[in-house]
Amino acid sequence: MDVELRGITKRFGSVVANDNVNLTIRAGEVLGLLGENGAGKSTMMNMLSGLYSPDEGQILVDGKPVEFDGPGDGIEAGIGMVHQHFMLVPVFTVAENVVLGVEPTGKMGYLDMKRARRQVEEINEKYGLHVPPDELIEELSVGIQQRVEILKVLFRSADVLILDEPTAVLTPQEVHEFFGIVNTLKEAGKAIVFITHKLHEILEISDRVSVLRQGRITGEGYPKDLTEADLAEMMVGRPVSFTTAKNTATPGRTMLELEGVSMLDETDDRVLDNVSITVRSGEVVGVAGVQGNGQTELVEAITGLERIASGKITFDGENISHASVRERHKMGMAHIPEDRHKSGMVDSFTIAENMVLNNYYAPEYSKGWAIDWQKVAETAARYCVDFDVRTPSVFLPGGSLSGGNQQKMVVARELERETKLVVASQPTRGVDVGSIEYIHERLIGSRDEGDGVLIVSSELDEVLGLSDRIYVMYDGRIVAEFDNTDGKADRNTVGLAMAGSFGEDAA
Amino acid sequence: MSDVTMTNQTQAQKLDSVAARKARIMGGILIALALLVIFVLHVVPGESATFRLTTRRDAIQIPDLVVPGAFNYVAAALLAFLGVRQFLQGGARWTSLSLGVGLAILVMAFLVWATAGKAFNLTSMLQAAVLASVPIALGGLAGVMSERVAVVNIAIEGMLLAGAFAGALIGSLLGGWIGLVAAILVGGSFGLLLAVLVVTFRMDQIIAGVVINLFVLGVTSYVSSQVFSEYRFLNNAKVFRQWEIPFLSDIPVLGPMLFDQNLFVYGAFILVGIATYYLFYTKNGLRARAVGEHPRAADTLGVDVYVTRYVHVTIAGMVAGFGGAFFTLGNVGRFEENMTNGRGYIGLAAMIFGRWHPVGALSAALIFGFADSIQRKLALLNTPIPSEFLAMAPYIATIIVVAGLVGRSRPPAADGKPYVKE
Repeated sequence: MDVELRGITKRFGSVVANDNVNLTIRAGEVLGLLGENGAGKSTMMNMLSGLYSPDEGQILVDGKPVEFDGPGDGIEAGIGMVHQHFMLVPVFTVAENVVLGVEPTGKMGYLDMKRARRQVEEINEKYGLHVPPDELIEELSVGIQQRVEILKVLFRSADVLILDEPTAVLTPQEVHEFFGIVNTLKEAGKAIVFITHKLHEILEISDRVSVLRQGRITGEGYPKDLTEADLAEMMVGRPVSFTTAKNTATPGRTMLELEGVSMLDETDDRVLDNVSITVRSGEVVGVAGVQGNGQTELVEAITGLERIASGKITFDGENISHASVRERHKMGMAHIPEDRHKSGMVDSFTIAENMVLNNYYAPEYSKGWAIDWQKVAETAARYCVDFDVRTPSVFLPGGSLSGGNQQKMVVARELERETKLVVASQPTRGVDVGSIEYIHERLIGSRDEGDGVLIVSSELDEVLGLSDRIYVMYDGRIVAEFDNTDGKADRNTVGLAMAGSFGEDAA
Repeated sequence: MSDVTMTNQTQAQKLDSVAARKARIMGGILIALALLVIFVLHVVPGESATFRLTTRRDAIQIPDLVVPGAFNYVAAALLAFLGVRQFLQGGARWTSLSLGVGLAILVMAFLVWATAGKAFNLTSMLQAAVLASVPIALGGLAGVMSERVAVVNIAIEGMLLAGAFAGALIGSLLGGWIGLVAAILVGGSFGLLLAVLVVTFRMDQIIAGVVINLFVLGVTSYVSSQVFSEYRFLNNAKVFRQWEIPFLSDIPVLGPMLFDQNLFVYGAFILVGIATYYLFYTKNGLRARAVGEHPRAADTLGVDVYVTRYVHVTIAGMVAGFGGAFFTLGNVGRFEENMTNGRGYIGLAAMIFGRWHPVGALSAALIFGFADSIQRKLALLNTPIPSEFLAMAPYIATIIVVAGLVGRSRPPAADGKPYVKE
């Protein structure tokens, strides 16, 4: 089945999300769709799945114009979407999730789970998906959950599969397996749209590439004619440097030390299991690992957001195992949290207010009970200039900034004071390429000023690019440590450790 | 792999775990209960408690159950054993079970103490317990139906009260059956109202529920004090009689409990069965649960989240309306101000204790009904405990059960959250 988008325009208020977009999707072909966050990729795909309808232009399926006006319409026409955030009910089994909405039934609406299971097995067989039909979704790894999503659209006999950032949550080895599945689907005559912002993946898997920037198609071509640099330029609109320039580290004294730290969750499972790491001044230490292997908890332990069950944390020679968050903060620990909306900023507060969230109580801002807003605004304005936060005024809500500027605001607040240790968790998540470069430079800058820097990221490239030393976390444990002076750690070996296996094939 | 250091971490650590702490607390509570039984629920030696299991009219007679007062020493010993065991070993998965068993022993010891030297009809108390659990079970079931589609239903109390009122008024004018239908329809319309408020207008679900409760309480209290007191024929409905089921009702103890009851008791059991089948074995049940767990996923698969919520919340209202009619048409035939007296809220507790499952809600309701009927019967036995304290029993049972036994149970993931289409 072929699908064509012809002159599609979609506006949200005054924002033009898609501007006269033309795109062709062909059967038996993988179309790579490249673009930054907010470039309009998701809007476009949501129109294909029927979630939105275009303001102008036409969608043609096999040459015939179609109109979608509900979320079910896309899939009915044979266009299935695999969302970046899985649309799976965690407490349902695989089979229940797959058949939801198109259930095989017997008399009186009886749900025929036997038939459902059989149908799931058939698709499993046909495309080599190996998904256990009776497991609960919450018991499955992210990689398998993704296959359930694919199974779901295949079950609805989709001929076009849209995969929205499918590799964001996978280990390098899982990505490899995933590409195998994509190729099987392609050979079976399915049309595939592969959405991503990772350049090397596009070059590896797609047959054709389209690049989207600010709602417009800014480049098209075939992978064999293109390099990563070409693609990046089309995506960002200017040449981009891929590596952060940095000198060899000159580590000094031990800044942070964790000795046998363990943490339990509410159900007494060990989320951190005897973790020991050190961070010295003047070095960047990276923690690599697939999301959900204890990185979040590690950061919570270091910054004091969660109680540790055992072990010892030392910060610049002092035992801080049970120190409060503010005590650690005052000692010079900066924290860039993994989810800025949850714990890094208050969306509805102004930029000025957000800039002093961590030291509004300091004498320079607080006179007795009152806060000196004049002073706060001046400081915030200075931070905005220093850290390239682009805003017309510091009195606008923090939430009104773009993702990149929000993150730079958080980084500014955390780094614009005397620090000894910077704990940065997912520092560039949901941030545009320009801001990524900038934030990386500032983190290296902190290192060169003699801070210890701990970077926790699920983007392996980010960890490899910035760190002088790398720990790998798996299942709440540190499973490996690599020396990465002058980038000598091997991507593959690190990737294998992330999957919890050494030497042999990853699961 | 020369530059790779593998860290080997197998050494055992002593961890201060949450479960261990909870087990210690529970152990302490059990030991305290043992002391309570020894010193407060002390039975004079030689006295014994007589529990009657059948009445003279019954077809099959079984002898009375006579428990010697020494039973309470055994009970205290058992409690102490459970408590010490908890304290020393840490209970892990036995913690809740120990507390449950401990509470059951406490109740038995309490009954023996209260009845010592007297006789007490156990079967009639159990029969009354089942009856008392009906509105709670139906309220809980209404809660299950609406919370399974992620609408928190505080309004059950108001729906019960509205059902009771409509049942009494229409039942007095047009007869019991029409009164029953009216109660169900009125309950359903309050369900519909709640759906309009929280689904369409995305009003805060708790506030919407409280508003409905206050509205129903105000209107029904006004009418009953101003109109019913004047025109008594408007508030004098015929009550549904007990229907004895042949043969089954002759079984000792169980017969009177389960097979010699009125329409509402049978209705509650049948509805729980239907709801279980519907939610877990049918296509629409699967969709409803999906809407409660992950509405966005359901939406992308073509399930209409709004319609699903409307339908289920309305059905929940109808169930609660039926439960409300029990107070008037199934019991006294008359409406009184605020006669539901918090049963709707206890129904919600039963739903939580029952882990959002119809059968669970029913079981929890039976426990609450038991607590309720125990206090009524004991008030007649002249125990030294003031009856006001006894009247607290159902609520204390609620607190202990929800806080202590249930612990963390998991509501539908989207519970209480309005759904906004993209």
